[in-house]
Amino acid sequence: MEITELTVHELQEKIKNKELTISEITKAYVDRINDKEKDVNCFITTLTDEAIEKSKEMEKKINNGEITSELAGIPIGIKDNICTKGVKTTCASKMLENFVSPYNATVVEKLNSEGLINLGKLNMDEFAMGASTEYSALARTKNPWNLNKVPGGSSGGSAAAVAADLVPWALGSDTGGSIRQPASFCGVVGLKPTYGLVSRFGLVAFASSLDQIGPITKDVKDSAILLNILVGHDEKDTTSLDMPKVDYVSSLKNDVKGLKIGLPKEFYGDGINSEVKKNLEQAIEKYKELGAEVEEFSLDIAQYALATYYIIACAEASSNLGRFDGIRYGYRTKNYEKLEDIYKNSRSEAFGDEVKRRIILGTYVLSSGYYDAYYKKAQQVRTLVKNEFDKAFEKYDIILTPTSPTVAFDAETKSNNPLEMYLADICTVSVNVAGLPGISIPCGVDSNGMPIGMQLIGNRFCESTILNAAYTYEQAIKFRERFKPTFKK
Amino acid sequence: MSRNDYEIVIGLEVHAELSTKTKIFCSCPTEFGGEPNSHCCPICMAMPGTLPVLNEKVVEYAVKAGLATGCTISKDSKNDRKNYYYPDLPKSYQISQFDKPLCEHGSVEIEDDEGNKKDIKILRIHIEEDAGKLNHNEFGSGSLVDLNRAGVPLIEIVSEPDMRSAKEAEKYMRKIKSILEYIEVSDCKMQEGSLRADVNVSVRKKGAKEFGTRTEMKNMNSFRSIVRAIEYEADRQIDVIENGGTIYQTTLRWDDISGKTFPMRDKENADDYRYFPEPDLVAIRLSDEYIENAKKELPELPESRKQRYLTEYGLSEKDSRLLTSSKYLSDLFEGAIKECGNTKAVANWILSDISRILNEKEIEADQIPFTSSQLAKVIELIDKGTISSAIAKKVITELFENPQDPEEIIKEKGWIQISDEGAIKEVVLKIIEANPQSVSDYKGGKDRALGFLVGQAMKETKGKANPGMLNKMFVEEINKL
Repeated sequence: MEITELTVHELQEKIKNKELTISEITKAYVDRINDKEKDVNCFITTLTDEAIEKSKEMEKKINNGEITSELAGIPIGIKDNICTKGVKTTCASKMLENFVSPYNATVVEKLNSEGLINLGKLNMDEFAMGASTEYSALARTKNPWNLNKVPGGSSGGSAAAVAADLVPWALGSDTGGSIRQPASFCGVVGLKPTYGLVSRFGLVAFASSLDQIGPITKDVKDSAILLNILVGHDEKDTTSLDMPKVDYVSSLKNDVKGLKIGLPKEFYGDGINSEVKKNLEQAIEKYKELGAEVEEFSLDIAQYALATYYIIACAEASSNLGRFDGIRYGYRTKNYEKLEDIYKNSRSEAFGDEVKRRIILGTYVLSSGYYDAYYKKAQQVRTLVKNEFDKAFEKYDIILTPTSPTVAFDAETKSNNPLEMYLADICTVSVNVAGLPGISIPCGVDSNGMPIGMQLIGNRFCESTILNAAYTYEQAIKFRERFKPTFKK
Repeated sequence: MSRNDYEIVIGLEVHAELSTKTKIFCSCPTEFGGEPNSHCCPICMAMPGTLPVLNEKVVEYAVKAGLATGCTISKDSKNDRKNYYYPDLPKSYQISQFDKPLCEHGSVEIEDDEGNKKDIKILRIHIEEDAGKLNHNEFGSGSLVDLNRAGVPLIEIVSEPDMRSAKEAEKYMRKIKSILEYIEVSDCKMQEGSLRADVNVSVRKKGAKEFGTRTEMKNMNSFRSIVRAIEYEADRQIDVIENGGTIYQTTLRWDDISGKTFPMRDKENADDYRYFPEPDLVAIRLSDEYIENAKKELPELPESRKQRYLTEYGLSEKDSRLLTSSKYLSDLFEGAIKECGNTKAVANWILSDISRILNEKEIEADQIPFTSSQLAKVIELIDKGTISSAIAKKVITELFENPQDPEEIIKEKGWIQISDEGAIKEVVLKIIEANPQSVSDYKGGKDRALGFLVGQAMKETKGKANPGMLNKMFVEEINKL
């Protein structure tokens, strides 16, 4: 087996047994990037030379006993909306094409203190707005399972890089499904933590009340390992919560006996592709075999979640993106006479259409005369969505749904049809609206060999529950042993 | 109709920078001045990905201001974003408070133009962040942004439109300034912009029930310009109405040099701020206990100090009011009497010479450059007979220019009182010889002539002769003649 095919916990095992050194590992990934990156275009910035340098340095420190972290020397890829000091953070936008952050995001500090090595910054939809990574202004990422298909989005670069073995794992961010949906499209594991579990400090904000950073990994155990590092209250982010520390790895019991699983029937309706549905049904059967109790129920409010999501997300985005004004950093038009020209032309020239659409939409719903009808009502519906989920979690431990109504679609089929693109989020957005944790894991492939994702939703701060349920299923079906990306055209 | 048929209606939005050590959402210093952009960090420069963290001291200070102005403190309050574009506003939104301010429904007492007590109601006090500053045309054309002030905490105190004259507005503003100084939440340095006001003015026919359309003058930072601007703007509005015109609701800029208001051209004020709750901050929840504690810790306010001056020091109502009108004056007074013990003299010096110099220089009490112990020293020097009152006046004037130990001043300037009998006698004889007419007037019973002679002797000695000795010696010597 190739080094780059191994999961992080497998790599750790081999390091421990002296079968592999960390410089060998980094070298293997750099070789893989040099070989495959041109086919998939996952990176906006690669740090291959720096990584090799760093791995040698790290190896010395480990041999000297200066570093004891079990993850020291493990490479990682980082979505390009997470700030890295001294390395460009572009948000895949012309606006920040040459922007170098003067500070590290809190999660990056955490990775650094564990000794992880940054292999580079990964492609995404511009400012995390999109579901195919086609809205990136800087790179066109391909799905490793079929290069004609999109990797999903917005964390498409992260998911594709993990699937293509260009990085052992990666950080993504999820505002309405941006970790889970690309994970599903690329046949990897993506976890969106509970809102407030992971610090957002240093994550370039799209929608502040919905954004969360989370892991994209080859398997569930790696997801738990990375989550262990990321969590914790950050005094720089007052919306991050001070929760008692849980060891997510030890919560992987490979046992779901008696686990109560709710199936919201609204997520299995007409809009869901029949192969996806069939696959989900098999997964549900598998859970029953494994001893879980499964029951259908109605989550009626979910039908309003998408509209609610787009109102709140766009409203916050319209304000969050105001700072990109051409004054202090980022793109500034050459074409201006007065102040207003700087604003208007810089933003017109440097933002892509999708970003503009959402800024306009968000500005509209916050405008006086429309605020009550849209933003305020959306907040009220948001409370109802939360309440409905709360009620469901009185009965069930987890809620199981498809991650996406379809498998990865062909490139350039939806990018000119924003409404259809928005529907790609239909299964994932309610989780963000309610602030819940959700994980997507692969549960099979369709007749064309494209991976299908299953989403497990947990109650707030019950990451352990969904990780264990995902792990147990993963152990039962051994997806990674049966299916691999083919890089076919 | 004439001007007298109109009533002026004024409301003030007073912005006070809070004197917390650090900014409202990051740990940068709030200090005034400094190299441009030297008191900044990624947070107050609005670098991508940064988040605000509310400085708890800001809440504490604002709660104090609310309590000191009789406001109800809201136990459940939040921050909101006010969205508009301007280069001094790095996030393109100001974090402020919209529908749930920290403090509401207070009032302060002033005297109206007839000297009657009048309450000016306070609608609300909320917390927000200050913007940066634009420096225009410093290096050729164009403007440069300095973000040192961006994120300095402010409270905005919004009054009801309860004031009816420019003088009332000035009194209200002075009262607010005094209160904020007393509770030590703001240094209220108007010349540095740490206390400023947006002034809303409208006019209506006397007896009318409805308010007229108001105009707003932004960022007024001296009492004098507030008074002038209100008077000018009210006159302008009356003129427009008298000539059959209409007042439109606009934002104006007061130009102190021409003494006129102009519509703001660079509109940093969008029509629609698209306020919405700040999702990066959690709600502000205060317990009853927190509010009770803040009440207990509130320092002595001007009203209670005034009462104390009446009873403890036996000062008149007027003197007590004047001394307590500013915390700086009041502290100067109390500090000086603690050291020299001469209450009457300290009060007199502050209310006469020091107040006169403040007026002449058009500066506020907070700009008095010398300390209370330096003032006490001056009074001790008089009491010991080292200097005369005339010299003391000169020392006080000198203290404003060059604050240092008064003893050093008199040594340097050679102002030590002449109390040597031989020297005094020499001067007295010289003056007697030069002024035979006055001498004979005095002998003829005109006591005032003695004053003239003493005055001449003081002039001769440049005010340094001991006046008591002069008096005595003149009487003795003239009687000898």
